[in-house]
Amino acid sequence: MGQYLVRRILTIIPTLIAISFVIFAVLDLAPGDPTSALPETIRPEIRQQIRKAMGLDEPFPVKYGLWMRQFFVNEPLSLIENAFDIQIGDSEERLRVTSWGSRGVPVMDMILERLPQTMWVVGLAYLVAIVIAVPVGVISAIRQYSVFDQVGTFFSLIGYSIPTFFTGLLMILLFSVKLKWFPMIYDTNLQIVDWDSFVQQLKQSAMPVAVLGFFQAATLARFTRSSMLDNIPMDYVRTATAKGFRERYVVIRHILRNSLIPVVTLIALGIPAIFSGAIITEQIFRVNGLGALLIGAIQLNDIPLVQTVTFIFAFLIVVFNLIADVVYGVLDPRIRYS
Amino acid sequence: MAVGTETASAENLASELPQRQHRTLWGDVWLRFRRHTLANVGVVVLVLLVVGVLAGPLVYTVDPEYSFIVDDIDSINQSPSVQYPLGTDDLGRDTLARNLFGGRISLAVGVVAMFVSITFGTLVGVLSGFFRRLDNPLMRFTDLMLALPSLPLLLVIIMLFRDTLKALLGPELGIFLLVVLVIGILGWMPTARVVRGSVLSVKEKEFVEAAVSVGTREPVILWQHILPNVLSPIIVSATLGVAAAILTESALSFLGLGFPSNVPTWGRLLFENKDFITQNPWLVIWPGMFISLTILSINFIGDGLRDALDPRQRR
Repeated sequence: MGQYLVRRILTIIPTLIAISFVIFAVLDLAPGDPTSALPETIRPEIRQQIRKAMGLDEPFPVKYGLWMRQFFVNEPLSLIENAFDIQIGDSEERLRVTSWGSRGVPVMDMILERLPQTMWVVGLAYLVAIVIAVPVGVISAIRQYSVFDQVGTFFSLIGYSIPTFFTGLLMILLFSVKLKWFPMIYDTNLQIVDWDSFVQQLKQSAMPVAVLGFFQAATLARFTRSSMLDNIPMDYVRTATAKGFRERYVVIRHILRNSLIPVVTLIALGIPAIFSGAIITEQIFRVNGLGALLIGAIQLNDIPLVQTVTFIFAFLIVVFNLIADVVYGVLDPRIRYS
Repeated sequence: MAVGTETASAENLASELPQRQHRTLWGDVWLRFRRHTLANVGVVVLVLLVVGVLAGPLVYTVDPEYSFIVDDIDSINQSPSVQYPLGTDDLGRDTLARNLFGGRISLAVGVVAMFVSITFGTLVGVLSGFFRRLDNPLMRFTDLMLALPSLPLLLVIIMLFRDTLKALLGPELGIFLLVVLVIGILGWMPTARVVRGSVLSVKEKEFVEAAVSVGTREPVILWQHILPNVLSPIIVSATLGVAAAILTESALSFLGLGFPSNVPTWGRLLFENKDFITQNPWLVIWPGMFISLTILSINFIGDGLRDALDPRQRR
């Protein structure tokens, strides 16, 4: 297992390099001039100097190499420095990836500023989705074709088919405009200091969490149900029942434990997807998280910021693929890594 | 006695034989598909939507860009009425006309993008399943593509290449091609994987061995023996691919990065009208409902097809 883990982690590195190359190449080969957003009054020769200072005149491999060093050496070092409040080498001279839109603010700082909002909404939504989906899937499977199963299956098909941007708008219409229960816009400046502000935080998170959670729960519940149905006709279940165990015991100790193996893998694989899903949800409810940062950066042509955020999304996918693989191996003893 | 029953059953058999209809492969699929209630509901809804969107603008000849403010200052943000069946928007434009026109583009994007991704996915899947030497590099490439975050990348590519293609092919065609190509190119990977798996299992079957043994050339084996047998997963993923492409296009338009504002698609209508949700909720409900109905019915059809095409369910 240990050896497998090391080898698996090592295979991540070429994947990440390839992804970084794709992201860099797409943005670099694209037409369009990054200085076009600057005021028209800047004289052409000065514009040329700005381009030179930004390193835009270098050939492609040099630019990519420099970017790699900035991204994979300088940025992690700065992160470690900030986290532990220490200094490694000459940190003043170290070139960081800076935003074009926000006048040289390091991109990582902007991302760290936005991350908590996204994490709160995404994390809570996923938690809600799991808590709802797994029991619904389990009950649907053991009472297959019952009313509960049919209602559950219908709702999960609906949740799976209705786009989040429509459910979001419908919820705003119902709960903000008509019933006035929840605020329409997410207030990021809200500080949780006492009970009232905590309640307010819960209220403003309710709709974004519900929208993301419902969509995710639909997928998970479908999957849990079919995984349970795969296990119910197995011989070991019949053996356990024949031995006289109560149904509840058989379901929980035998069927559920085996059925959850693929479900847990799916949960790990779904985490990056829910981050991308948050891009849309954040737009609906004006949560200024990571997704809103990306959309803003795209509109401003802020290429370093776009590259970094996109790469972070890709990094999440690769890492959670690894986690899913490892978790699968840990949970299912039949999988042997050699 | 025994002889009697035997003749009786033989007679029964004989009388049954002529009655049994000739069954074809696709006839069987159709019969099994008919048994799937939700899938049939999906077909009906989808046909209604498609016919409505295609024939609607011919019958309902209101210009989607015409502003009724010119005729009547009060004609903005109208609720559904006899004059405006689905109401009007904040500029006094007819919502029904805009939704019909937008549906054409949304559905066209879905179908064309599906063709791009299915063609590419089938090609990669068949090649890597059939030619052992290509398998590893192609599957590595597929894995890499799967690790790319599709929505952010989609947004980025469209943002970057929008102006160039607009200048090259005009605002409508340029953006259409860009959206369709990018959605297709970032969406072929699941198809490739499924097709590869099917090709790998079909390749080991006896009839392929037989074809090889009589000296059939590789392209013929591929085209005549393998491809027809991997058609069902391709059909299912093509169906679901249309829904996925429509959803992606709507998401892009909803983020304001799809078609320009004079080309209404359902997603674009949601994006434009979401700020008027308090004044006129109908503006958001209609396009959202059309998108949801389309995707829901396509998903039902996909489920039905999956069951109907599965030979293990044959009775």
